[in-house]
Amino acid sequence: MSASLSPLPALSHPALEAVEITKRFSGVVANDAVSFSLEPGEIHVLLGENGAGKSTLMNILYGLQKPDQGEIWVGGKAVRLDGPKDAIQQGVVMVHQHFMLVPVFTVLENIVLGVEQTRGQWGQLGVLERAKPARQIQALADQLSLQVDLNAKVGELPVGVQQKVEIIKALYRGARILILDEPTAVLTPTEATELFELLRRLTQQGLSIVLITHKLKECLAIADRISVMRQGKMVGTVYPQQASESLLAEMMVGRKVILQVEKPLMQAGAPVLQTRRLVVWDDRHQPAVNGVDLTVCAGEILGIAGVQGNGQTELSEALTGLRSPAQGQIDILGQDQTGASPRQLIEQGLAHVPEDRGKNGIVKTYSLADNAVLCTYYQPPFAKKGLIRPGAIARQATQLIQEFDIRPANPRVLAGSLSGGNQQKLIMARELSRGAKLLIACQPTRGVDIGAIELIHRRIIAARNQGMGVLLISSELDEILALSDRIAVMYQGKVLETLAIAEATRERLGCLMAGMVQS
Amino acid sequence: MADVKQKPFITIGRQLITPLLAIATAMLITVPIIGFTLNWDWAKVAVTYGGLLDGALFKQYAFANTLVSAIPLMFTGLALALGFRTGVFNIGASGQFLMGATCAVFVGYAIPLPPLIHPLVALIAGAIGGGLWGAIPGFLKARFGSHEVINTIMLNYLAFFLQDWLVKNPMKDPSPTIVRTPEILATAIIPRFYDRLHWGLAIALMAAYGVGWLLSKTTFGFELRTVGSSPEAARYAGMKIGRLTVLSLTLSGALAGLGGAVQILGVDRAMPVLYSSDYGFDAIPVALLGQNQPIGVLLAAVLFGALRNGSDVMQLRSGGAVSKEVIFIVQAVILLFVAAPAIVRWIYRLKLPKSQLETAPLTRGWG
Ligand SMILES: Nc1ncnc2c1ncn2[C@@H]1O[C@H](COP(=O)(O)OP(=O)(O)O)[C@@H](O)[C@H]1O
Ligand SMILES: [Mg+2]
Repeated sequence: MSASLSPLPALSHPALEAVEITKRFSGVVANDAVSFSLEPGEIHVLLGENGAGKSTLMNILYGLQKPDQGEIWVGGKAVRLDGPKDAIQQGVVMVHQHFMLVPVFTVLENIVLGVEQTRGQWGQLGVLERAKPARQIQALADQLSLQVDLNAKVGELPVGVQQKVEIIKALYRGARILILDEPTAVLTPTEATELFELLRRLTQQGLSIVLITHKLKECLAIADRISVMRQGKMVGTVYPQQASESLLAEMMVGRKVILQVEKPLMQAGAPVLQTRRLVVWDDRHQPAVNGVDLTVCAGEILGIAGVQGNGQTELSEALTGLRSPAQGQIDILGQDQTGASPRQLIEQGLAHVPEDRGKNGIVKTYSLADNAVLCTYYQPPFAKKGLIRPGAIARQATQLIQEFDIRPANPRVLAGSLSGGNQQKLIMARELSRGAKLLIACQPTRGVDIGAIELIHRRIIAARNQGMGVLLISSELDEILALSDRIAVMYQGKVLETLAIAEATRERLGCLMAGMVQS
Repeated sequence: MADVKQKPFITIGRQLITPLLAIATAMLITVPIIGFTLNWDWAKVAVTYGGLLDGALFKQYAFANTLVSAIPLMFTGLALALGFRTGVFNIGASGQFLMGATCAVFVGYAIPLPPLIHPLVALIAGAIGGGLWGAIPGFLKARFGSHEVINTIMLNYLAFFLQDWLVKNPMKDPSPTIVRTPEILATAIIPRFYDRLHWGLAIALMAAYGVGWLLSKTTFGFELRTVGSSPEAARYAGMKIGRLTVLSLTLSGALAGLGGAVQILGVDRAMPVLYSSDYGFDAIPVALLGQNQPIGVLLAAVLFGALRNGSDVMQLRSGGAVSKEVIFIVQAVILLFVAAPAIVRWIYRLKLPKSQLETAPLTRGWG
């Protein structure tokens, strides 16, 4: 597939340029003669599925890895980068997906770490200079209208703020070119929006920014130009005005992708889940869920919309037996299951896709096969008289791998080495394989690539078409709108309103998510 | 179960490389130390190392004695390995070993039973004693969330003082001058079959097989391992974490207690005050060096037994110039290396196999 590529009018040299970069790792060509150029003052989004080679290319531009072939140009001059130090010298700074901050240090200490100034020198020992850097950093923050408490411990800050600290840190080191690797993967939608506003302000001050992502919507919202990579190759560069989600998805995946899933009308059946005046406490014994009444019927998808942290996590934990409710009642398949254990609920017919898949959903050090029977390992045919039957487990895993296109298609591979999308497919496969009647899916596509999103959405709809009741908790409004039959909006532990999909507009939901009830 | 089986030899090779390099490096570090104590007289150095090898392996009956020294470490090493695999750090193997020995010696001298039945009952008593001593911190952890490291250490002290009191008072042998329990009856003895080597070795091999079988072949072992690898995932999957924690510490304690019983019935036959306490602590490097795998633990225990026995002859051959405590340096370096495999990989520029995750913990430690 080819995409139109018309270069920006060349006023000056590109801020940063990669020319025909090739990088091989044992066996894989992570970058295959990739060229990429960043114009001064632009936000250039690098888009691609997991494993496309985006991080590798950026690591090379930041001096973390050496290319096998190819050149790097900064401001019109070829440069040699022997390490990040050289890159920083050239004004290129990268903010990694996993922040490199020291949690027990304050914001100020983190920002000056490595470039700290001292006074009252006794040999190597000196007193950390705080006042001057603090003034400079405060000035930087004010300029960008960022509110950051320089004396707060970094470990106690929300991720969104930590990311801003990383960015200030980069600017304090004199960054002119900023590389952000999947910065929104860990952020809530609100935090992501704030980040984009900040990035826009930075470009107005003359910075050039490369932003890596695999999310289409945000890419169209923020980018000045979009370059797409697939399997180590640069597929093309487009302007957002010419692009659409489906075009980008096609460039990324290499085939047509159906973003909107077909959803036949369904007659909802008997209730499979009902809560009455449910109250659930959070870890600090505050009511996180405060009197929630919900009903999910067989053959329908009830979406729970809401900004992260309005009680969705505690609600899902209470419904799946991981947290005991403080008050109220939970009926599953017509029986009172208030306070039932996870095992009882699983055996009753509950399937659960947990919010934190790395922590709850899989055991990373177990093989794909063992993870495929994580909830049913003790039942026939996987076990007999307390003895595990590896053959049956391997057969089950092989079947799920085929049905859900899990890669690599090897039941013996460790689950922790799978990409996020494949881990999630594995969890989805396992949970849907048990003939459950009720599915509670929490953030089922968070941090997952498009191919996997498409598959997971199709499977959720298919399960619903076969009469499963689905409770879908997601902070992605698009996902909620695409899948749900009805939508309940949670705000501060309460369900403000439940709308049929026909009356749920983006604006109305947006108001409800902000706590505004129409009268 | 369906663990990594694709290329068995490569996998085994990878598992072996860190421990082997750790051992080799630890031995190399002793060269300058011994060289220094012997004024760089290389002939003497050679004689000293020869002594180590002779004492450990080549002298008459040396290897049999090495195995005798290794047997208690096999049990405590297995106890620690089982704990690590199931997410508990059992520092209490010393106390559990001691309680096992105490129960076994009591059954051995006080309860007359027919041959074969007698050692069997004594062994079971030992396992129960050790198991109970492990169950207490297990229960405290499951019920109150108090960390097993602290509670097992406290129970070590309780075991020492309890044993001390028992041996000096109700269990004291009335006749002799030294303070110890009576000898066990002849019916209770685990017989020797080659020099001092006794059938406890077979029991250790069976225990190792049993641990491996339990962990890899049974649903109960699957539960134990899941709790050890990821308690959150175990809870999600509907496993009863509290119960599993109690059971894993109980089993671990039972293994250590069985070790104490075997040592009494096969070697010492009576229990003095201040009965051997270091098997529980040496078990930590043994388990880690053995990569928490039953076969690995057996081999590591043999190595530690060999070092123990070899160092005596080494001290002798060097004319006393080289203290046998030099072997502690070897053990310490090995522990340092296996507890921090990253150091070994860094020194030898080894690459981490892609399938192996850096985050996979040997132990969850203080988590
Ligand atoms: N250090 C490495 N060693 C071996 N293979 C690697 C290494 N880093 C990346 N790869 C491989 O290169 C490919 C591209 O990876 P990456 O650049 O991280 O992709 P992306 O950031 O687009 O998800 C993948 O197949 C990945 O497995
Ligand atoms: Mg990446």
